[in-house]
Amino acid sequence: MRGASSAPTGRIPVALALPAAAGLTFLVLPLVGLLTRTPWSDLPARLAAPGVLDALRLSLGTATAATVVSVILGVPLAWLLARSSFPGRRVVRALVTLPLVLPPVVGGVALLLVFGRRGLLGGWLENAFGVTVPFSTTAVVLAEAFVAMPFLVISVEGALRAADARYEEAAATLGATPWTAFRRITLPLVLPGLAAGTVLCWARALGEFGATITFAGNFPGRTQTMPLAVYLALESDPAAAIVLSLLLLVVSVAILAGLRERWMSVP
Amino acid sequence: MRRLTALVALAILTVAGCGGRASDTPTGTVTVLAAASLTESFTQIGKDFEKANPGVRVRFSFGGSSTLAQQITSGAPADVFAAASPATMKQVTEAGLAAGPADTFARNQLVIAVPKGNPKRIVGLADLTRPGTKVALCAATVPCGATAATALGAAGVTVTPVTLERDVRAALAKVRLGEVDAALVYRTDARAAAAQVDGVEFPESTKAVNDYPIVALRTGPNPAGAKLFVAYAKSEAAAAVLTHDGFQRP
Repeated sequence: MRGASSAPTGRIPVALALPAAAGLTFLVLPLVGLLTRTPWSDLPARLAAPGVLDALRLSLGTATAATVVSVILGVPLAWLLARSSFPGRRVVRALVTLPLVLPPVVGGVALLLVFGRRGLLGGWLENAFGVTVPFSTTAVVLAEAFVAMPFLVISVEGALRAADARYEEAAATLGATPWTAFRRITLPLVLPGLAAGTVLCWARALGEFGATITFAGNFPGRTQTMPLAVYLALESDPAAAIVLSLLLLVVSVAILAGLRERWMSVP
Repeated sequence: MRRLTALVALAILTVAGCGGRASDTPTGTVTVLAAASLTESFTQIGKDFEKANPGVRVRFSFGGSSTLAQQITSGAPADVFAAASPATMKQVTEAGLAAGPADTFARNQLVIAVPKGNPKRIVGLADLTRPGTKVALCAATVPCGATAATALGAAGVTVTPVTLERDVRAALAKVRLGEVDAALVYRTDARAAAAQVDGVEFPESTKAVNDYPIVALRTGPNPAGAKLFVAYAKSEAAAAVLTHDGFQRP
């Protein structure tokens, strides 16, 4: 570890190095466990099993859609929390972070109580438009966005608070409309925070299990994402579950590393 | 996560129950891992058992049979295993963890669970194929799903479910919430939810009867207590509770 990088500080204090090493071990050890039990010999056959690619494709697609929804709705929400003052802002912030503390299964039930056939909006949606949300791919996206959006909002809000608001004020004095200032000044300023929040949001959506299986059910090709496939494989064939978990890990790490190269090339 | 919590809980319970290890008369805590469909019956049987055997306490962990079997083969400190299918029991007995052969103590059949009053007038398996009828089944990897597949096969009916649920209670929950029109669940589950759910009997269910085996585990911390509980679960008194809840005798 020592001398591996050109760190600006000379010596790493032991009081930090020891817990840091312990923390890293704690996080990585389960991964090692997964790798030691992986059935390497029949890995290709298991990866080619029917349904595996469907689940992976569905997972990547829904996580990306949920992230898009979260960015479109979450960035304005973060701006509202960071830049404007209105009565009850603290309550609103607490409400935004609610999905973080709510067990995802409860989130799934709550979504059913809103979008289900007997839910607050579900009955109306079905009668007026013939749309039923539960058990559809849309339901997967909604469940994932519900659970993952707070991560994005919190990241972006933090970045907005850290960004210097005087640039926006300067833009305003030069005649920029608030929308132009947001687009041309604020957004580029918080881009690293937005990128970090987006990645966090996407990763959380990809791993989503509880709200999805409760709200969207489980059907291969339509609502069975990788975490659901892992859970159900665990019921009958733990080796298959390990292979699926490994695949999800490899793909998500590859995508995240790729994005980091591209987006976060901040020196 | 759920599994981890269960394991931690079990570990704590086991430590608490270690008092009975040395003596011959069973005391302490018996830890029973039982299929989710046994929740109501075993809770009652556990109370009766504690009354009949002062000094012995029973702790239950209910869950999907396959999950429980995996917890046991991964070393969960349990004394008794009661499964919803011989296949899941086999995972434990074949790992050499059972103190003896498993015995069937109850049997269960499927019914079609429909919302109270049966608004879609479902009377048999064939009605599940009607367009616009939303059906929840268990995934084929859990016992209720395998049993449902057998029953549907016997009836020559192909159902396209909207969801394949992780266990029988999850399938039932979708009926209770009104999100599906029907689900194939055990008769006992439908009975336990009788306030919101009607159970429609169908003839093909007799071709897919589920045996419930029980066994004392060799590796548990309280072998004497385990033997005692297994004997009680096969007794007349327990059979009365089980039949009352909709199980059949083996």
